[in-house]
Amino acid sequence: MLHLLQKPLEAAAPSRRTFLKMSAGTVGGLVLAMNLPRTAQAAAGEGEFIQPFVHIRPDNTVVVLSKHLDKGQGTATGLTTLVADELDASWEQVIAEHAPSNPQVYANTLFGVQGTGGSTAMANSFMQYRQAGAAAKAMIVAAAAQDWGVPAGEISVSDGVVSHASGKSATLGELAGLAAQQDVPAEPVLKTPDQWVYIGKSFPRVDVKNKTVGAPNTYTMDFQRDDLLVAVVARSPRFGGTLKSFDATEAKAVPGVVNVLQIPNGVAVIAESTWPAIKARDLLEIEWDDSAAETRSSDAMMAELKDMTAKPGLKVREDGDADAALEGSARVIEADFEFPFLAHGAMEPLDAALLYDGETAELWLGSQIQTIDHNVAATILEVPFEKVKINTLWAGGSFGRRAQADSHPVAEVAFLAKAMQAAGMDPAPVKIVWTREDDMAGGYYRPMSAHKIKVGLDADNNVTAFKYHIAAKSIIKGTPFESMLMKDGVDHNMTEGAHDTTYAFPLMNMDQSYQETQVPVLWWRSVGHTHTAYVMETMVDRIAKEAGKDPVAYRLELLKDDPRKANVLKLAAEKAGWDTPAPEGRHRGVAVHKSFGSYVAEVAEVSFRDDGTVKVEKVVAAVDCGTPINPDNIRAQVEGGIGYGLGAILRNQVTLADGVVEETNFDTYEPIRISDMPEIEVHIVASNEAPTGIGEPGTPPIGPAVANAIAAAKDDWVTKLPLTKAGLV
Amino acid sequence: MSITLKINGETRTINADPESPLLWALRDELGMTGTKFGCGIASCGACTVHWDGVPIRSCQTFVGDMDGAEITTIEGVNGKAADAVQAAWNELDVPQCGYCQSGQIMAATALLSETPKPTDEDIDAAMDGNVCRCATYARIRKAIHLAADKMEA
Repeated sequence: MLHLLQKPLEAAAPSRRTFLKMSAGTVGGLVLAMNLPRTAQAAAGEGEFIQPFVHIRPDNTVVVLSKHLDKGQGTATGLTTLVADELDASWEQVIAEHAPSNPQVYANTLFGVQGTGGSTAMANSFMQYRQAGAAAKAMIVAAAAQDWGVPAGEISVSDGVVSHASGKSATLGELAGLAAQQDVPAEPVLKTPDQWVYIGKSFPRVDVKNKTVGAPNTYTMDFQRDDLLVAVVARSPRFGGTLKSFDATEAKAVPGVVNVLQIPNGVAVIAESTWPAIKARDLLEIEWDDSAAETRSSDAMMAELKDMTAKPGLKVREDGDADAALEGSARVIEADFEFPFLAHGAMEPLDAALLYDGETAELWLGSQIQTIDHNVAATILEVPFEKVKINTLWAGGSFGRRAQADSHPVAEVAFLAKAMQAAGMDPAPVKIVWTREDDMAGGYYRPMSAHKIKVGLDADNNVTAFKYHIAAKSIIKGTPFESMLMKDGVDHNMTEGAHDTTYAFPLMNMDQSYQETQVPVLWWRSVGHTHTAYVMETMVDRIAKEAGKDPVAYRLELLKDDPRKANVLKLAAEKAGWDTPAPEGRHRGVAVHKSFGSYVAEVAEVSFRDDGTVKVEKVVAAVDCGTPINPDNIRAQVEGGIGYGLGAILRNQVTLADGVVEETNFDTYEPIRISDMPEIEVHIVASNEAPTGIGEPGTPPIGPAVANAIAAAKDDWVTKLPLTKAGLV
Repeated sequence: MSITLKINGETRTINADPESPLLWALRDELGMTGTKFGCGIASCGACTVHWDGVPIRSCQTFVGDMDGAEITTIEGVNGKAADAVQAAWNELDVPQCGYCQSGQIMAATALLSETPKPTDEDIDAAMDGNVCRCATYARIRKAIHLAADKMEA
């Protein structure tokens, strides 16, 4: 998501202002200051070194402040690696914490606001965090030089120890206070790659210890205080429905329930703890007004999408007269694809806690776009931006779900706090807990979509024209992201991975159509690539089959101008033994796709059980994400990205009956489980290119790689997902 | 009603609705938040604790049925199998978001306590009820085998 913002900010400046204007809060200009505002420096304790991205404590702890939300993707570890390397800290002494919300200091330089997404964290922060580490090291060295009366050039730092040939040595912590008084170098000297001690090697995750002992205060769900109230909210079962009336008599009688209050999107049950709130909510009697709600079934919505693809839409790409080229072709391959709504299903359901005392507000949540959350809270609570504090906590997954354009979980808890104040309740922190059912039936899905393809072939099986039409609800249109991410009315998020393909087709035309529905949609790990990679990579396989060519060899013919993509394809094929027969009873399929600046090829090996269902046995992946900062985390993200994508194509879909979501928990939206998980090998291309994304790029190729492996056995490509619809699961 | 539980070796008395799931008693009444809320219907395993050493889903276990029960949570789990599991989890950097990992570790510890040298099939059978949306399953499998080796060593 948000990856279209990777263009220089200057070019996007007018739109960025609009973006920042989305609510009343003032965030000021973007200042990527290395120097801390004076007030914060003044707040530093005795012997402490405080800079925006690095704190060094007298006890020798180095704290790296992650401006990006770590929701499992390992960003905090990546940023810590960068700082520790340039600072020459020992990895045992570094810890990571989330930075405060402050767009002037902590903006994502690719967005212009503080936020995480689009697999941009390392691409955005590679230089910034290295510079922060290098500046801290220069200040430590200057402090030692001053203290010891020796030239700075004679001082070395290694593994957290500062030393001089005279025998003098000190820890970083011992020099922290004096270092804080040194000048911040304007342009600190960075290491050359041959000097790196952690970058490119593997640096243990900074969060593993806490996550293996059930440490408190890690996630929002675990946020506790003695005076904490817990709320659950009854929301309309149909998207766009509104509250008509409610009776809370029975709910209020449940012991532990403190109050039941109406808020703009429903009814909140507030209790002393979670269970009474959940129990009491079931006792509410509510009438909803569905006059403006989505009341269609998902089947009816899919029929509408398919109708849209049969007619001309908005032009996304137009190389020429595709219809004429198709008419003049020897043959035309036609295909219609259908993709369902998908829920993100992060393990930690949505949640947010807020304390509002009438003048100030403090939030606790896994905030993914802090600047929007901050502005939304300030606007609703009618307090100045600087009177809102956000404590960003580790998030139990997101996959896109916590990066909303409307900050609806923050808006909801802010409205609740105002309702509590209006009801005369004393100020108290309140945490809204979403149950799994609330989370899964709550919308913000990967949009459902229909895709129509026509590919013309000449007598020699060369492609003459590639015509492609996608219909879906736009994730961007009608949101604050619209002015920034849409150009000439076209949503390129919807078609990314297709309109920008580097396959050398002589003529490609692409249209898109927007469905209007109250069902809210959102980016889901790899956004448009979740569907375009499947379509493009299965179509290329079909064309190769028509041409009687090997799928890898055929792709390489088409990728002559994209050497990095060709390279990962060759590497994955080689490591998977593509040129040798698959083991007995197994079938191979391949896919290669670029997303978020990174190239990933995957070879899937499948078998079929006696009942005809498919088992994905093994996946061999090759990835080029530029300079590999943490190879083990890259492997972990590709493993997880493959599993996440595989679960979805096997059996996940959100369907609606009369506008009501049918899959509301893991019994009907069955996640991938350990017995479904293939063996995975990940091979990383050595590279000196700038680092690019890794949280998302492992996901797009797995669906088509599996579909192509199935087709290798059955000569039939699945076009309607999930695979349960084809009886394969 | 007043209910007495033995949790991680300590006797604790809580005053709770007998219909309250053990999960919420642990988290909200006793402040032990290592046991996670994932689904509430025993479909994900994030809330796994041990009852007399046997893994159970605390979201579907009601405190009213548990007077006198001996419960072990992630905060208190220890012993040869637990130590090996936690060490293996750290060594292989298993967690990503980490939210499910308390439950994974409790399930894996119970498996290794019963079956010190599990096969892949044993692992599938014991761990299939524990969902990880980050899909760290490949590492969970490796870590269980590694923990088994550590226990043998």
